[in-house]
Amino acid sequence: MIEVHNIKKSFDGRVVIEDVSAIMKAGQCNLIIGSSGSGKTVLQKCIVGLFDPDSGNILYGGQQFTSMSREEKTNIRKEIGMLFQGSALFDSLNVEENIMFPLSMFTTDSHRKKLDRVNEVLDRVNLKDVNRKFPAELSGGMKKRVALARAIVLNPKYLFCDEPNSGLDPQTSLVIDKLIKEITIEFNMTTVVNTHDMNSVMEIGDYILYMYQGRKEWEGSKKDIIFSKNERLNSFIFASEFLQDAKDMRMLEMTGKIPSLRNMDDMMRKDGPSL
Amino acid sequence: MTIFNDIGRYLLMIKGMFSKPENHKMYWKEFVHQCTEIGFGSLGIVAIISVFIGAVSTIQTAYQLVSPLIPPSTIAQIVRDTVILEFAPTLVCIVLAGVAGSRIASELGNMRVSEQIDALEIMGVNTKTYLILPKIVAALLMIPMLVVIAMALGIWGGRLAGTAAGILSTSMYDKGLLEFFVPYNVIFALIKSYVFSFIISSIPAFYGYYVKGGALEIGRASTKAVVVSCILILFADYLLSALLL
Ligand SMILES: Nc1ncnc2c1ncn2[C@@H]1O[C@H](COP(=O)(O)OP(=O)(O)OP(=O)(O)O)[C@@H](O)[C@H]1O
Ligand SMILES: [Mg+2]
Repeated sequence: MIEVHNIKKSFDGRVVIEDVSAIMKAGQCNLIIGSSGSGKTVLQKCIVGLFDPDSGNILYGGQQFTSMSREEKTNIRKEIGMLFQGSALFDSLNVEENIMFPLSMFTTDSHRKKLDRVNEVLDRVNLKDVNRKFPAELSGGMKKRVALARAIVLNPKYLFCDEPNSGLDPQTSLVIDKLIKEITIEFNMTTVVNTHDMNSVMEIGDYILYMYQGRKEWEGSKKDIIFSKNERLNSFIFASEFLQDAKDMRMLEMTGKIPSLRNMDDMMRKDGPSL
Repeated sequence: MTIFNDIGRYLLMIKGMFSKPENHKMYWKEFVHQCTEIGFGSLGIVAIISVFIGAVSTIQTAYQLVSPLIPPSTIAQIVRDTVILEFAPTLVCIVLAGVAGSRIASELGNMRVSEQIDALEIMGVNTKTYLILPKIVAALLMIPMLVVIAMALGIWGGRLAGTAAGILSTSMYDKGLLEFFVPYNVIFALIKSYVFSFIISSIPAFYGYYVKGGALEIGRASTKAVVVSCILILFADYLLSALLL
């Protein structure tokens, strides 16, 4: 379990994260959602300690993480797997060596055993015949999956994924989502996923934290999210016209009338892109 | 005041480098890799430079020594001493600051910008120890070796040029090489090359490791690393000569 208490983070005086708290339980997928620039990546990096928050506390399994010494942090980090938004694969190593790296660094397994494990995780992320390829030779979505394979190769206790399926087709996305969900339950991981993909939210979101301009705007489960009355969250979820239609239909079924609020011009003014 | 800030961070980086390796085998592998990169990667350019430097020294020394009272074997002595004392250690290290130094800075800079360093940190690897220490130790091992090779090749280049230009015969040159030889000069040159090796590896590592921003900054960092290394090499050269000669 990870507890986040009143995190604040600013860069050069510009506040990016303000007063965010959350309880992220083990064995479930904890999602951080929000539009681009809302602070998801910064929040996740604060939680793993890549950024030092200006104030607030972070607890891993009840232990204070923020004030730990380097060695104590290292011990926690050995149980963390992280998928970066930009994949962060080692350029100088091929796919197989990339995924094997944590195994080589932290286990004393034989080469054969490590190789078996590498192929096992590659298989789980739906990748074949890429062992000898270098990161520069992979597509963006393939890099993502290799990076995810590297993050889960040691069966971490805490798994962080920053947009695991951006750049993936819907089918592969689903495979990745299902994989994340599966291993989370199988190994009782505390999984934290950043995403703005509503499919993922509905697929795996056990706990959802909605960020809006650096603040926690809403939290709840995927059941709560459909019925949420939070306007900002709703316009985030139902951003596309198609989804809006779907929502209308659902409302029609439930209440017998279409909410009068719906109006594309209105939406554009409220939250749409300002160019 | 950023200079004091930089010096402070540089010293902290050096201090942070000394921690227990997570896995000796992986560190050894990285060390061997760096030795090949720094050593063999620069061997070609070092060889070419030293042969030509030796050759040019012979011709120019002969040109300057016009008096018939000075025996031609003196030319060999002068070439030997300038190559050993100055050209082999200092010039080679200046070139290496460009070749190996910029490679170190851009490799680390790229790893920083593309979050590879963060990825290592998250795994629980001490990146200062894993990424920087092997580079510095490899430089300390390989660069003095390159300098010794440069000494030999420089003197050999002088010998070639001496006969090719009809300045002095090989036997005369060899005779001159053995006259008034001071073994301490070699030791002094080696001391210099150890100091320079540390500069060439640690300064670019510092600029690369702490890059902020994107690809543009990597280029800037490696240029800055080379410039600062070169200045520090010349400064150390002066200081060591004043202290130890
Ligand atoms: N290292 C940094 N220095 C300064 N500002 C930063 C830094 N990293 C992020 N920011 C700022 O913090 C804000 C939140 O960025 P963040 O990367 O967390 O967004 P995000 O929610 O992950 O967006 P996306 O969905 O596009 O990845 C942005 O306004 C960004 O400019
Ligand atoms: Mg992000």
